[in-house]
Amino acid sequence: MTAENNNKITDELIAQIPELFKQFNKEHFAAQTTCDDIVTLWVSSKRIIAILSFMKSITDPFDMLYDLYAVDERLRLDKNQYPILDFTVVYQLLSINRNKHIRFKVALDETPLEIATITHLFKNANWYEREAWDLFGITFIDHPLLTRILLPPTFKGHPLRKEFPGRATENDPFTLDEQKLQKEQQALKFIPEQWGMKKSNDDNDYMFLNLGPNHPSVHGVFRIALQLDGERVIDAVPDIGFHHRGAEKIAERQTWHGFIPYTDRIDYLGGVMNNFPYILAIEKLAGIEVSERVKCIRVMLSECFRILSHMLFFGTFAQDIGQLSPIFYLFIDREKLFAIIEAITGARMHPSWFRIGGLAQDLPQGWDKMMLEFTDYFPNKLDEYEVMVMQNSIIKIRSIGIGQYTKQQAIDWGVTGPGLRATGCDYDLRKVSPYSGYENYDFTVPLDDQGDAYARCKLRVEEMRQSIRIIKQCIKHMPQGPYKAEHPCTTPPMNNLSKNDIETQIQHFLNTSWGAVMPNGESSFAVEATKGINSYSIISDGTSSSYRTRIRTPSFPHLQMIPEISKGLMLADLIVIIASIDFVMADVDR
Amino acid sequence: MTSWLTPLIILIVLLLLGAWSIWLERRVLALWQDRLGPNRVGPFGLLQVVADMIKIFTKEDWVPPFADKVLFIISPMIVMIMTLLGFAIIPFAPNIQIAQFDHALLFLLAISSLSVYSIMLAGFSSNSKYALLGAMRTAAQMISYEVFMGLALMGVVILADDFSLSAIVAAQADVWFICYQPLGFVLFFIAGIAEIHRAPFDLPEAETEIVAGFHTEYSSMKFGMFFIGEYLGVILISSLITTLYFGGWQGPFLPPLLWFILKTGFFILFFILLRAAIPRPRYDQLMVFAWYILLPLSLLNLLVTGAVKLSLLG
Repeated sequence: MTAENNNKITDELIAQIPELFKQFNKEHFAAQTTCDDIVTLWVSSKRIIAILSFMKSITDPFDMLYDLYAVDERLRLDKNQYPILDFTVVYQLLSINRNKHIRFKVALDETPLEIATITHLFKNANWYEREAWDLFGITFIDHPLLTRILLPPTFKGHPLRKEFPGRATENDPFTLDEQKLQKEQQALKFIPEQWGMKKSNDDNDYMFLNLGPNHPSVHGVFRIALQLDGERVIDAVPDIGFHHRGAEKIAERQTWHGFIPYTDRIDYLGGVMNNFPYILAIEKLAGIEVSERVKCIRVMLSECFRILSHMLFFGTFAQDIGQLSPIFYLFIDREKLFAIIEAITGARMHPSWFRIGGLAQDLPQGWDKMMLEFTDYFPNKLDEYEVMVMQNSIIKIRSIGIGQYTKQQAIDWGVTGPGLRATGCDYDLRKVSPYSGYENYDFTVPLDDQGDAYARCKLRVEEMRQSIRIIKQCIKHMPQGPYKAEHPCTTPPMNNLSKNDIETQIQHFLNTSWGAVMPNGESSFAVEATKGINSYSIISDGTSSSYRTRIRTPSFPHLQMIPEISKGLMLADLIVIIASIDFVMADVDR
Repeated sequence: MTSWLTPLIILIVLLLLGAWSIWLERRVLALWQDRLGPNRVGPFGLLQVVADMIKIFTKEDWVPPFADKVLFIISPMIVMIMTLLGFAIIPFAPNIQIAQFDHALLFLLAISSLSVYSIMLAGFSSNSKYALLGAMRTAAQMISYEVFMGLALMGVVILADDFSLSAIVAAQADVWFICYQPLGFVLFFIAGIAEIHRAPFDLPEAETEIVAGFHTEYSSMKFGMFFIGEYLGVILISSLITTLYFGGWQGPFLPPLLWFILKTGFFILFFILLRAAIPRPRYDQLMVFAWYILLPLSLLNLLVTGAVKLSLLG
């Protein structure tokens, strides 16, 4: 492929979104071919606002800002192919109606490293732009409050820039003296004026309550600064970043294979569900086809983790409303399923079991018996728990009508997963764009039209039942076949071949010592994860590790909408809302 | 038994029972929740209480620098003293009772009102936001629930024609008052839960919402006093229910004291069961429940009881 061919706007491309090219001259765009079949267009920073607002206004609009991220392109090896400058800002829009993504890329010079904000077009752009500023130092002009979001306010530098060291050993040892401690403490102080909050109304002063980062029901290290009038929430400012571990930076230093265990810990309740989009994105990039058996095992294990994650959600939801017992019952049942996961993968919560081009091992003998036992046992228990929790009248009065939002609100904020489907929007990737053989399974996507906390919980209970259905079908129809593909990029490769001829042995040696080299290109994959749509966008420069790995997690946008749905409610309602969102802070902060 | 020995024995037994019921709650809750609970220290984990006491007594007795020191220290004492004083009027058995006087029930209402101060003062003196929220919730909750607690009790008083607990027990020689006052019993029971702020009415210390509510800043034995105070409260309300509605120490075959313990124990277990089963309503829902539903019901109960009694007297 030459550069010219690559960048040309073909008729085929125009046919995909004719509206866009009717409105704008095709000279303004440069196309990029990616492995994921998402239309990717380069545009200039002057036109991006007009284009994005147009995309939002057409019939069947691209009205969800699915992702916004930046790339530091200064060390790219294949710079000549695209209109690349020093940095790139990527806007990925999703149209639910069309079930289609579109990606716009804007190349930016290092000086001045700035671009206009799109917060007036997309509400959820606020955090994404703050994140891009935080990690890359890209200024978004006219952004309401461009401050650090993932890193502490006192942090120096922008870590996802290529010159920033990727290992702690490249820095001096960390110390924390009294003075520095005081400085850090001061920096964490919540200043209401900064967020445009008044300290009092005509009658009385507001109370500013710092809920978290250590609070029994914020599910990890999440902080919300609340403006309270009595117990009524006037306004809220979610503060994230306490769980940030720089997963995207780590991805740039690990090999493709070596990053798999890190993905497990993104949504730490999702287990192999996190491996899924990463592995699939790489397989797409490398063009690896896996056997039906691998696909089926992957689906089965992922559905197990969906159940595990929903179980925990269900228990904590009841617990946060004050019902103490269900969480224990669900933990006991979780143990039963973890025992099966352990028997299959050797680990419980973070198996890191999927491999590029296959799985770590084949299924052990007797797996089906264990699995069948569980699928027979759990549905009855689930019915019992549903009566206990969902039909409890106090749970009902506490959660019906609380944290309610409409389908449009959900799209505006980038909500996906059960939170979106609870508003009546039938959008489940397993159905609308099936992957890994999901089209072969018979299951329904639970929907609800209330969009409140109760609906979100009820929907997840039903999802557990559907997952059981899928697992039963997996057990019944498990295909025979190899558990790894015979592709040179498969890591680690099947070693039966490498024992016979020198070529595959060399390949094996290189793959396990340096790591497999993935072909040059760009790819992404989105899966319906436990909490919403999780996707990995990867850019390969043709080396043994990724040039840029972008992890789009569902919880990040979900938390951003908390202020909108909790205003005017009581403090206790806020807890119900937090419980019903089902987030994991590691998933938010990465 | 000399007269000064009885109160002392009762006091010691009560304190032990208060501490021991923590063990009971943990074990029974665990049983209902498919867990084991504390079973390591001593037979069945019975000595867990001793271990906890040693721990709690040897912890640093810390007062936060931002707190109002005097009130902060006094508050946990109030709750202990008030709850223990409440036991003074309970007839455990025909001649085991500390103080026998005519207006015992009024004394009890007064005592329980005073114990509200303990929690309010604890919340305010802590000078912490969560504690303040807890204190605000307590003040609102207790004041509302005390209103109809008193009203619910009046049904019993009308039936027995007396405010003294011994007389009330004596009046139940033939039929327990639960038969005449089922509604009054339910009302008093609900009010009792709210009064000692146990689940589901544990809003003042709802840990998933306001961390630990009024005792967020408390530690070591000062926290321990709130803790034991709560369990003493459970025992107090249970013994009151026994005394007022279930014939007190009366019962066939077994000795009176054993009857009293059995009945009271049953209600203690019921309190624990409630905690295992029921989620927590919201603060404003609790208020609406009290003023719109329970208060009219208790007035109705009083009215009907009075009317029936008057018509029978004829």
